[in-house]
Amino acid sequence: MLTLFLVSVVVFVATEVLPGNAAFAILGRNASPVRVRALENQLHLNRGLFDQYWTWISGLFEGRLGNSLVNSQSVWSLVEPRLVNSAILVLVTGVIGSFLGVALGAFAALRKDGWFDRISSVVLLAATSLPEFVVAIGLIILLATVVFHVLPGVSLLAPGTYAWSEPQLLILPVATLVIVIVPYTMRMMRAAMIEALESDYVEMAQLKGVPEWRIVLVHALPNAIAPTIQVIGLGFLYLAGGIVIVENVFNFPGIGQGLVEAVNGRDIPTIQFIVVVLAAFYVVMNILTDVIALLATPRRRIAR
Amino acid sequence: MPSARPLSRPRHRARRRERASALLTAARTPRGAIGLTMAAVVVLAAVIGPLVAPQPATALVTLAFGKPSGQFWLGGDYLGRDVLSRVLDGGWVLLVMAVCATAIGIAGGALAGVSAAYLRGVSDGIIMRSADVILSFPQVVFALLLLSLLGPKLWLITLTVGVSHAPQVARVLRAATLDVSERDFVRAAELQGMRPGKVMVKEILPNLVSPLMVETGLRLTYSITIFAGLAFLGFGQAPPAATWGTMIYENRIGLSQNPWAVIVPAALIALLTIGINTYTDAFARVAIGADRRPEEAALIGNLGQELGG
Repeated sequence: MLTLFLVSVVVFVATEVLPGNAAFAILGRNASPVRVRALENQLHLNRGLFDQYWTWISGLFEGRLGNSLVNSQSVWSLVEPRLVNSAILVLVTGVIGSFLGVALGAFAALRKDGWFDRISSVVLLAATSLPEFVVAIGLIILLATVVFHVLPGVSLLAPGTYAWSEPQLLILPVATLVIVIVPYTMRMMRAAMIEALESDYVEMAQLKGVPEWRIVLVHALPNAIAPTIQVIGLGFLYLAGGIVIVENVFNFPGIGQGLVEAVNGRDIPTIQFIVVVLAAFYVVMNILTDVIALLATPRRRIAR
Repeated sequence: MPSARPLSRPRHRARRRERASALLTAARTPRGAIGLTMAAVVVLAAVIGPLVAPQPATALVTLAFGKPSGQFWLGGDYLGRDVLSRVLDGGWVLLVMAVCATAIGIAGGALAGVSAAYLRGVSDGIIMRSADVILSFPQVVFALLLLSLLGPKLWLITLTVGVSHAPQVARVLRAATLDVSERDFVRAAELQGMRPGKVMVKEILPNLVSPLMVETGLRLTYSITIFAGLAFLGFGQAPPAATWGTMIYENRIGLSQNPWAVIVPAALIALLTIGINTYTDAFARVAIGADRRPEEAALIGNLGQELGG
């Protein structure tokens, strides 16, 4: 909670105080004094700092987000459809990515140093190093333009429609993000699974004659999943930043693309809102992962 | 007393030799050699590129999205500039920025992480809380937030990304320091009345070099990723200048006419990041003895064992 509060202060300070005067930043250096004065009034810049912060933060809670400085629509009406689209993108990617990562990681650990493990470790190393837009461009070249032409390379949506109405537009952005997050989950799952398989309790179970599948599913997997959940959480956190780039590659109308548009247009209320939403998502995900990881650790549940 | 100095000197030197040899041994493993070669090729292209570029990077010399020909090996970009020349010219700024941001991140993160873990108490709370706040912003978003009003200045982008690296580095080093500071030689130095600052620099830091180097490799990769990504979004060098990230953005509408204008800069970025990461991985295997990153080991909770082993 304290972190969230500090985050809101940072966002506020960065957007309102740092540049000296936001009104000048918006209107340009040689704007007429009258217009600057008027805009200052509109943005409440002529009031005290704490007063400004209070107006903004209370507005945030009551749903008064102000109007966009670019086309004077309300920020909410501008951001809401984007928020929904991005949420779909993050959710679909996160679910597919997590399951794939856990399954592949566990499989690699069971056949440690087998062919799958060897090949995947090299592929993973390459995949973790690739910038997301390079992956995206690679997929576009491969599937949407130069080599094959089977999928749309641009995910433009008609205004008023949401991403679920045209699922084929989601395929490439989701594929890109899955390729980027799976390696982390998979590496972690593999490392944790190997650790668990070499532990005393697994040996104990083997000596007792517990069947192989039971050892893997009941003894090793739960212990390996706890640290992996943290990495899955990190994956979701990464998505909060990753969508900014990937949405822009595909022109997918989500908040990531909205943020870049707002930054280009110096649309301060929109920037503030989107950044706070992303940061809040980050903080909440962080807490959620810690809690789930704690609950998922058999050892901690008993000992403390 | 007289035996303390002569004993500690050679040990220090041996440690340094060991470390240098870990870098070399890593370069001799197949993985390390491949990684180092990949990165070296790209760095070489970026550094001597501007000197050997056949055309000025901003001159309009061929057709827009012209196909590769004998004179223009990689064809033309969206304005008809020579793609080869722009590729050769567009790497060095990215490299300089990445190195600077990594240095800022590692230095700041090491300082914060080691002090937090060693001083404990209030300092620990304040340092790690500030780290949490910066960590609450995705790095790209953090950079965009600050750039949105201060304008896309290169030093600012570099500083922002450097600062946003620091918390992650601090977390990893804090975990490592917590373990090292329990060891006997640290206790011994403390009992001799060594000041905390000196203990951190002389006794703790030398034991953190391996995770520090792995972190440096990782942060370098991430820096390149972020800078190239920001350039792709239009927040990099001002337009006429060539940058790999910007080139991908500018030329992607002409993918079907001259794909090379996109493929080559994308491939160079990929080669560079994969190369650095692969070498870092090889180094981690040699120096820490596990194919595991410090951040992953910190999560499993056995970073200490690996450092000790």
